[in-house]
Amino acid sequence: MMRKIAVVPCSGIGKSLGAAAREAAYVLAEDLRPDRTKIVALGLLVLGDEETRRAVAGGAAIAIDGCKLECAAKGLESAGTGKVKKIAVFDVIRRHRGLKPKGVTDLNEDGLRLARAAAEEGAQIVDELAGEEEDA
Amino acid sequence: MPDLPKKKVGLIACSGEELAEGTVTRRAVRKVLETLRPEDTVTLCLPLFLAGGEGERAFARHYPTIAIDGCAKRCAALATEKYSAKPAATIVVSQLRKEMDFEDIGTARRLNEAGKRLADSVAELIAAETDRLLKRPRGKTHGGVRSYS
Repeated sequence: MMRKIAVVPCSGIGKSLGAAAREAAYVLAEDLRPDRTKIVALGLLVLGDEETRRAVAGGAAIAIDGCKLECAAKGLESAGTGKVKKIAVFDVIRRHRGLKPKGVTDLNEDGLRLARAAAEEGAQIVDELAGEEEDA
Repeated sequence: MPDLPKKKVGLIACSGEELAEGTVTRRAVRKVLETLRPEDTVTLCLPLFLAGGEGERAFARHYPTIAIDGCAKRCAALATEKYSAKPAATIVVSQLRKEMDFEDIGTARRLNEAGKRLADSVAELIAAETDRLLKRPRGKTHGGVRSYS
Protein backbone atom coordinates (compact mmCIF):
# COMPACT_ATOMS: atom_id res chain seq x y z
CA MET A 1 0.00 0.00 0.00
CA MET A 2 1.42 3.33 -1.08
CA ARG A 3 1.95 5.88 1.68
CA LYS A 4 -0.33 8.85 1.14
CA ILE A 5 1.35 11.75 -0.59
CA ALA A 6 1.24 15.01 1.32
CA VAL A 7 -0.25 17.90 -0.62
CA VAL A 8 0.80 21.28 0.76
CA PRO A 9 -0.81 24.37 -0.70
CA CYS A 10 0.12 28.02 -0.36
CA SER A 11 -1.34 29.61 2.79
CA GLY A 12 -1.50 33.11 1.37
CA ILE A 13 -4.71 35.06 1.73
CA GLY A 14 -3.74 38.14 -0.23
CA LYS A 15 -4.01 37.01 -3.84
CA SER A 16 -6.28 34.96 -6.11
CA LEU A 17 -3.45 32.68 -7.20
CA GLY A 18 -2.89 31.64 -3.59
CA ALA A 19 -6.58 30.87 -3.26
CA ALA A 20 -6.42 28.89 -6.52
CA ALA A 21 -3.46 26.91 -5.15
CA ARG A 22 -5.47 26.00 -2.07
CA GLU A 23 -8.55 25.07 -4.09
CA ALA A 24 -6.34 22.92 -6.33
CA ALA A 25 -5.17 21.02 -3.26
CA TYR A 26 -8.78 20.31 -2.27
CA VAL A 27 -9.70 19.19 -5.79
CA LEU A 28 -6.70 16.87 -5.89
CA ALA A 29 -7.07 15.40 -2.38
CA GLU A 30 -10.88 15.19 -2.29
CA ASP A 31 -12.01 14.66 -5.90
CA LEU A 32 -9.19 13.36 -8.09
CA ARG A 33 -6.92 11.21 -5.89
CA PRO A 34 -8.57 10.91 -2.45
CA ASP A 35 -7.04 7.48 -1.73
CA ARG A 36 -3.49 8.52 -2.45
CA THR A 37 -3.17 12.05 -1.13
CA LYS A 38 -3.81 14.07 1.99
CA ILE A 39 -3.65 17.78 2.72
CA VAL A 40 -1.01 18.96 5.16
CA ALA A 41 -1.18 22.48 6.62
CA LEU A 42 1.83 24.60 5.74
CA GLY A 43 1.73 26.56 9.01
CA LEU A 44 2.03 23.40 11.09
CA LEU A 45 4.81 22.11 8.89
CA VAL A 46 7.00 25.18 9.03
CA LEU A 47 6.39 25.71 12.73
CA GLY A 48 7.87 22.25 13.26
CA ASP A 49 4.82 20.33 14.52
CA GLU A 50 6.20 16.84 15.16
CA GLU A 51 3.21 14.88 13.85
CA THR A 52 3.12 16.93 10.66
CA ARG A 53 6.85 16.59 10.09
CA ARG A 54 6.62 12.83 10.51
CA ALA A 55 3.88 12.77 7.87
CA VAL A 56 6.25 14.17 5.24
CA ALA A 57 9.69 13.00 6.41
CA GLY A 58 11.41 10.90 3.81
CA GLY A 59 8.31 10.58 1.64
CA ALA A 60 7.03 12.27 -1.48
CA ALA A 61 4.99 15.43 -1.39
CA ILE A 62 3.43 17.93 -3.74
CA ALA A 63 3.78 21.66 -3.13
CA ILE A 64 1.21 23.89 -4.80
CA ASP A 65 2.41 27.47 -4.69
CA GLY A 66 0.65 30.67 -5.64
CA CYS A 67 3.64 32.97 -6.06
CA LYS A 68 7.34 32.90 -6.83
CA LEU A 69 8.32 32.91 -3.17
CA GLU A 70 7.31 29.22 -3.21
CA CYS A 71 6.70 28.99 0.55
CA ALA A 72 5.08 25.56 0.28
CA ALA A 73 7.98 24.02 -1.64
CA LYS A 74 10.54 25.61 0.66
CA GLY A 75 8.62 24.51 3.73
CA LEU A 76 8.58 20.92 2.50
CA GLU A 77 12.27 20.96 1.61
CA SER A 78 13.26 22.30 5.02
CA ALA A 79 11.12 19.64 6.74
CA GLY A 80 13.20 16.82 5.28
CA THR A 81 10.71 15.64 2.67
CA GLY A 82 12.24 12.93 0.49
CA LYS A 83 10.93 14.13 -2.84
CA VAL A 84 9.22 17.47 -3.43
CA LYS A 85 7.21 17.85 -6.63
CA LYS A 86 6.26 21.42 -7.41
CA ILE A 87 3.19 22.89 -9.04
CA ALA A 88 3.41 26.64 -9.57
CA VAL A 89 -0.01 28.11 -10.20
CA PHE A 90 1.65 31.17 -11.76
CA ASP A 91 3.08 28.81 -14.41
CA VAL A 92 -0.13 26.80 -14.81
CA ILE A 93 -1.99 29.98 -15.75
CA ARG A 94 0.49 30.57 -18.59
CA ARG A 95 -0.55 27.22 -20.05
CA HIS A 96 -4.21 28.23 -19.84
CA ARG A 97 -4.25 31.64 -21.40
CA GLY A 98 -7.43 33.62 -21.15
CA LEU A 99 -8.19 32.66 -17.55
CA LYS A 100 -8.70 35.66 -15.30
CA PRO A 101 -8.94 34.41 -11.73
CA LYS A 102 -10.45 36.82 -9.23
CA GLY A 103 -11.45 36.70 -5.58
CA VAL A 104 -9.79 35.20 -2.54
CA THR A 105 -12.58 34.19 -0.18
CA ASP A 106 -14.67 33.01 -3.11
CA LEU A 107 -12.86 32.36 -6.37
CA ASN A 108 -14.64 33.24 -9.60
CA GLU A 109 -15.27 30.64 -12.32
CA ASP A 110 -11.89 31.23 -13.95
CA GLY A 111 -10.21 30.79 -10.59
CA LEU A 112 -11.95 27.46 -10.13
CA ARG A 113 -10.96 26.40 -13.68
CA LEU A 114 -7.35 27.31 -12.93
CA ALA A 115 -7.50 25.30 -9.69
CA ARG A 116 -8.88 22.30 -11.60
CA ALA A 117 -6.07 22.57 -14.17
CA ALA A 118 -3.43 22.69 -11.42
CA ALA A 119 -5.08 19.75 -9.65
CA GLU A 120 -5.01 17.70 -12.85
CA GLU A 121 -1.27 18.32 -13.09
CA GLY A 122 -1.08 17.13 -9.50
CA ALA A 123 -3.01 13.96 -10.33
CA GLN A 124 -0.52 13.22 -13.09
CA ILE A 125 2.34 13.60 -10.62
CA VAL A 126 0.58 11.24 -8.19
CA ASP A 127 0.23 8.62 -10.93
CA GLU A 128 3.89 8.95 -11.88
CA LEU A 129 4.96 8.54 -8.28
CA ALA A 130 2.77 5.44 -7.98
CA GLY A 131 4.37 4.05 -11.15
CA GLU A 132 7.84 4.67 -9.76
CA GLU A 133 6.92 2.86 -6.57
CA GLU A 134 5.64 -0.14 -8.48
CA ASP A 135 8.81 -0.26 -10.58
CA ALA A 136 11.04 -0.11 -7.50
CA MET B 1 5.27 68.09 11.25
CA PRO B 2 6.73 64.95 9.57
CA ASP B 3 4.42 62.70 7.60
CA LEU B 4 4.43 59.66 9.86
CA PRO B 5 3.29 56.28 8.54
CA LYS B 6 -0.29 55.47 9.54
CA LYS B 7 -0.53 53.04 12.40
CA LYS B 8 -2.12 49.79 11.29
CA VAL B 9 -2.86 46.46 12.84
CA GLY B 10 -1.34 43.30 11.32
CA LEU B 11 -3.62 40.28 11.04
CA ILE B 12 -2.01 36.85 11.01
CA ALA B 13 -4.35 33.97 10.15
CA CYS B 14 -3.16 30.42 10.74
CA SER B 15 -4.87 29.48 7.48
CA GLY B 16 -4.88 25.79 8.58
CA GLU B 17 -5.81 24.12 5.30
CA GLU B 18 -6.88 20.80 6.79
CA LEU B 19 -9.43 22.18 9.27
CA ALA B 20 -12.73 24.00 8.77
CA GLU B 21 -11.65 26.38 11.54
CA GLY B 22 -8.61 27.30 9.42
CA THR B 23 -10.96 28.33 6.63
CA VAL B 24 -12.92 30.39 9.17
CA THR B 25 -9.71 32.29 10.02
CA ARG B 26 -9.09 33.12 6.36
CA ARG B 27 -12.66 34.15 5.66
CA ALA B 28 -12.83 36.32 8.78
CA VAL B 29 -9.54 38.09 8.05
CA ARG B 30 -10.55 38.79 4.46
CA LYS B 31 -13.82 40.31 5.64
CA VAL B 32 -11.97 42.66 7.98
CA LEU B 33 -9.47 43.60 5.27
CA GLU B 34 -12.07 44.13 2.56
CA THR B 35 -15.10 45.43 4.39
CA LEU B 36 -14.89 46.11 8.12
CA ARG B 37 -11.52 47.86 8.63
CA PRO B 38 -9.78 48.18 5.22
CA GLU B 39 -7.93 51.36 6.18
CA ASP B 40 -6.68 50.07 9.51
CA THR B 41 -5.46 46.53 8.82
CA VAL B 42 -2.98 44.59 6.73
CA THR B 43 -2.47 40.84 6.50
CA LEU B 44 0.83 39.13 7.23
CA CYS B 45 1.44 35.81 5.47
CA LEU B 46 2.25 33.19 8.11
CA PRO B 47 4.52 30.90 6.03
CA LEU B 48 6.41 33.89 4.68
CA PHE B 49 6.74 35.13 8.23
CA LEU B 50 8.13 31.75 9.27
CA ALA B 51 10.38 31.49 6.23
CA GLY B 52 12.16 34.65 7.30
CA GLY B 53 10.25 37.35 5.44
CA GLU B 54 11.98 40.37 6.97
CA GLY B 55 9.22 42.78 5.95
CA GLU B 56 6.62 40.69 7.77
CA ARG B 57 8.78 40.25 10.85
CA ALA B 58 9.73 43.92 11.04
CA PHE B 59 6.09 44.96 10.79
CA ALA B 60 5.15 42.68 13.67
CA ARG B 61 8.00 44.06 15.78
CA HIS B 62 6.84 47.64 15.42
CA TYR B 63 3.07 47.46 14.97
CA PRO B 64 0.37 45.66 16.96
CA THR B 65 -0.76 42.30 15.62
CA ILE B 66 -3.75 40.03 16.09
CA ALA B 67 -3.13 36.30 15.69
CA ILE B 68 -6.18 34.35 14.52
CA ASP B 69 -5.74 30.62 15.04
CA GLY B 70 -8.01 27.78 14.03
CA CYS B 71 -7.04 25.34 16.77
CA ALA B 72 -5.29 25.04 20.11
CA LYS B 73 -1.90 24.48 18.46
CA ARG B 74 -1.92 28.27 17.97
CA CYS B 75 0.63 28.34 15.14
CA ALA B 76 0.00 32.00 14.27
CA ALA B 77 0.33 33.26 17.84
CA LEU B 78 3.40 31.15 18.64
CA ALA B 79 5.17 32.08 15.41
CA THR B 80 4.52 35.77 15.89
CA GLU B 81 5.86 35.68 19.43
CA LYS B 82 8.85 33.56 18.46
CA TYR B 83 10.01 35.67 15.53
CA SER B 84 8.81 39.19 16.33
CA ALA B 85 6.81 40.16 19.37
CA LYS B 86 3.92 38.86 21.40
CA PRO B 87 0.65 39.50 19.53
CA ALA B 88 -1.44 42.26 21.05
CA ALA B 89 -4.48 39.99 20.86
CA THR B 90 -5.10 36.35 20.03
CA ILE B 91 -8.24 34.54 18.92
CA VAL B 92 -8.69 30.76 18.83
CA VAL B 93 -11.61 29.84 16.60
CA SER B 94 -12.09 26.30 17.97
CA GLN B 95 -12.57 27.80 21.43
CA LEU B 96 -15.05 30.41 20.16
CA ARG B 97 -16.89 27.75 18.22
CA LYS B 98 -17.51 25.81 21.43
CA GLU B 99 -18.52 28.88 23.42
CA MET B 100 -20.95 29.96 20.72
CA ASP B 101 -22.41 26.45 20.28
CA PHE B 102 -21.64 26.05 16.60
CA GLU B 103 -21.72 22.33 15.80
CA ASP B 104 -21.46 21.54 12.09
CA ILE B 105 -19.64 24.37 10.31
CA GLY B 106 -18.93 22.54 7.05
CA THR B 107 -15.56 21.45 5.73
CA ALA B 108 -12.17 23.06 5.19
CA ARG B 109 -13.05 23.30 1.51
CA ARG B 110 -16.56 24.67 1.89
CA LEU B 111 -18.00 26.23 5.00
CA ASN B 112 -21.74 25.82 5.39
CA GLU B 113 -24.02 28.71 6.41
CA ALA B 114 -23.21 28.19 10.10
CA GLY B 115 -19.50 28.25 9.31
CA LYS B 116 -19.94 31.52 7.42
CA ARG B 117 -21.84 32.99 10.38
CA LEU B 118 -19.03 31.92 12.69
CA ALA B 119 -16.54 33.63 10.35
CA ASP B 120 -18.66 36.80 10.45
CA SER B 121 -18.59 36.73 14.25
CA VAL B 122 -14.83 36.24 14.29
CA ALA B 123 -14.48 39.14 11.83
CA GLU B 124 -16.51 41.38 14.15
CA LEU B 125 -14.30 40.39 17.03
CA ILE B 126 -11.16 41.19 15.02
CA ALA B 127 -12.62 44.58 14.08
CA ALA B 128 -13.40 45.32 17.74
CA GLU B 129 -9.87 44.35 18.77
CA THR B 130 -8.50 46.55 15.99
CA ASP B 131 -10.46 49.51 17.35
CA ARG B 132 -9.21 48.79 20.85
CA LEU B 133 -5.59 48.63 19.71
CA LEU B 134 -5.92 51.83 17.70
CA LYS B 135 -7.80 53.44 20.59
CA ARG B 136 -10.88 54.10 18.50
CA PRO B 137 -14.49 54.02 19.62
CA ARG B 138 -15.47 50.40 19.90
CA GLY B 139 -17.24 49.00 16.83
CA LYS B 140 -20.21 46.71 16.70
CA THR B 141 -19.46 43.25 18.04
CA HIS B 142 -21.34 40.02 18.31
CA GLY B 143 -22.96 39.57 21.70
CA GLY B 144 -21.04 37.22 23.94
CA VAL B 145 -17.88 37.25 21.85
CA ARG B 146 -14.76 38.15 23.74
CA SER B 147 -11.09 38.39 23.06
CA TYR B 148 -8.53 35.86 24.18
CA SER B 149 -5.54 38.03 24.76
